[in-house]
Amino acid sequence: MIVSLTAEKLTCVRGDRPIFADLSFQVAAGEALVVEGANGAGKTSLLRLIAGFLTPASGGLVLNTDQGAITDGEERGRHIGWLGHHDAVKPQMDVGEQLEFFARLYGANGDVKPALERVGIARQRELPCRYLSAGQKKRLGLARLLMSGRGLWLLDEPFAALDTAGRALAADLMRAHCATGGMVIAATHDPLGLEARSLKLEAA
Amino acid sequence: MSGPFVSLVMRDLRLASRSGGSAALALAFFALVATLVPLGVGANLNLLARIAGGVLWVGAVLAALLSLDRLYQGDFDDGSLDLIALSPLSLEQVALAKLLAHWFSTGLPLTLLSPLLALLFGLPGPGTWALFVSLLIGTPAVSAVGAIGASLTLSLKRGGLILPLIILPLLAPAVIFGAGAVTAALDHLSNGALGLLSAFAAAAVLLSPFAAAACVRLNLAG
Amino acid sequence: MFRYANPAVFMRLSGVLLPWVSGAAAILLAVGLWSSFHVPPDYQQGMTVTIMFVHVPAAIVAEAAYGAIAVASLFSLVWRHPLADTAARAAAPLGAVFTALGLVTGSLWGRPMWGAYWVWDARLTSFLLLLFLYLGYMALWNAIEDEARAARAAAILALVGAVNLPIIKFSVDWWNTLHQGESIVSGQIASVFLLPLGLMAFGYMLLFAALWMVRIRTEIVNRRARSLMQRAG
Repeated sequence: MIVSLTAEKLTCVRGDRPIFADLSFQVAAGEALVVEGANGAGKTSLLRLIAGFLTPASGGLVLNTDQGAITDGEERGRHIGWLGHHDAVKPQMDVGEQLEFFARLYGANGDVKPALERVGIARQRELPCRYLSAGQKKRLGLARLLMSGRGLWLLDEPFAALDTAGRALAADLMRAHCATGGMVIAATHDPLGLEARSLKLEAA
Repeated sequence: MSGPFVSLVMRDLRLASRSGGSAALALAFFALVATLVPLGVGANLNLLARIAGGVLWVGAVLAALLSLDRLYQGDFDDGSLDLIALSPLSLEQVALAKLLAHWFSTGLPLTLLSPLLALLFGLPGPGTWALFVSLLIGTPAVSAVGAIGASLTLSLKRGGLILPLIILPLLAPAVIFGAGAVTAALDHLSNGALGLLSAFAAAAVLLSPFAAAACVRLNLAG
Repeated sequence: MFRYANPAVFMRLSGVLLPWVSGAAAILLAVGLWSSFHVPPDYQQGMTVTIMFVHVPAAIVAEAAYGAIAVASLFSLVWRHPLADTAARAAAPLGAVFTALGLVTGSLWGRPMWGAYWVWDARLTSFLLLLFLYLGYMALWNAIEDEARAARAAAILALVGAVNLPIIKFSVDWWNTLHQGESIVSGQIASVFLLPLGLMAFGYMLLFAALWMVRIRTEIVNRRARSLMQRAG
């Protein structure tokens, strides 16, 4: 179980370009954090930094769990459920296959059916992913989050491509995740639809 | 870790067997090279038997290269690589899984096809056997060195163009020892080629996951 | 050591060194060339032995340049030196040119020796492969647009190549004995040839060092100009 995530004076530089500097924030389990900011302010960079893909130019990130504090980026990644702005869907694979692969990759042994039902694409289980709409692919991404069993969800534009019902579903899932002690960090321009703290990024 | 590891290998194999099937393409390419060479050099079976080892080894390496550029690129482009990187597997394990999947879907089928193509070249029994064994030992090295190249070029739109330029010089030892083993079998010599090839392959397979993982790490930061 | 890796310090230091290094290279090459033409003819090769004095040093520098790239790449990967990337990148075209020079002089030497411009001699063959290694390395640098990413990818490739290079050389030698090839330099080199050979080898190395410095300086200046322009825009 995760307890909290603390960022202390994070500075992010890509190439020679400073993205943001001296960013500090803290999120506790059960909380949601909305990352706001103009295009290019570094929302995606911040998410990739938390995920451990990027290393900060300076500053520190600590993920506190009931097993102890984690500072290593790749170790932190083992607690993260990721919904990026690419769909990560293989057109040649069935919806069911795709989700089953992902569940096994993450060591989650369980039926994928409840997750598919929860996100409303159970009927498409046998359908090759190339026939999915953008919104359905996003729903598959949400199902992956559910299957991942990870505590810290990092969501990059979670509402993109979703219809009204889909947005409500995404908000419901986030709320439920927080209610069970999870943590959500979402980068979005839209209102999250649940109680959340906000972090505004300004270009350095 | 075996569950996630095996599931990644199986998924890559499944993708290779669909989508225009990179495995089938590699086999067809290999067979075509073996058909064109006699058309180019003439149908003298004595000559063909002499050059069979070299020609088929070069053909197998080129055929294995065909599908290499997609090894990481597909997963990088659609964001799957992010999800795979966050899985319980280390990136080194991911690289090893992808290497194995590539070998199972190209190196192994090419090896299994080689005796048939050796027949077309009139390669005698011992030569065919040496070709088969050398490909069995050597194609993992091709996948291993190739995987490094694939990880280096994974973010490139046209990585497939530059990949052979990077990889082929590094694979010269595999071709030399592999074809050398066939020559030795034809001349009833023993020149230790298979031993050298095994050493090269073992080193390549051991080191490749580390280099490839370093490249993947670098590209995830991009 | 890291103090000198600062671009500003490097500019100052190399500015002082460059005239001396280039001057020394010019003198060594001039003296070396003069003495190359004044050696007694080889009892086997006649005056064609003179080609050795331009061929062998080129081959030495070609390999040393790859070593320099590998070392710079290691620095870049482990200590993340911006200057190490620049140095590695700057050395590659030079190494490629020296390799090409080694190949051309080698084949010119081969013509009177073997009656053919190209013989699959072990050394020529490994140098041909080395040339391809250089080309692949430069192609990778140019193919990746993001400079930091290109630098690290190229560094990984350079290290993989450096590990593989001895294996390639070994395999080519092995292949050559299998096919009974010939070798340009066989047996001992007569001692009269050692002086011009040594002079030329030193001259080539200093020439390489001078050109390398010039290329690194050019890249540093270019980078400054670029960042000035970006700021102005």
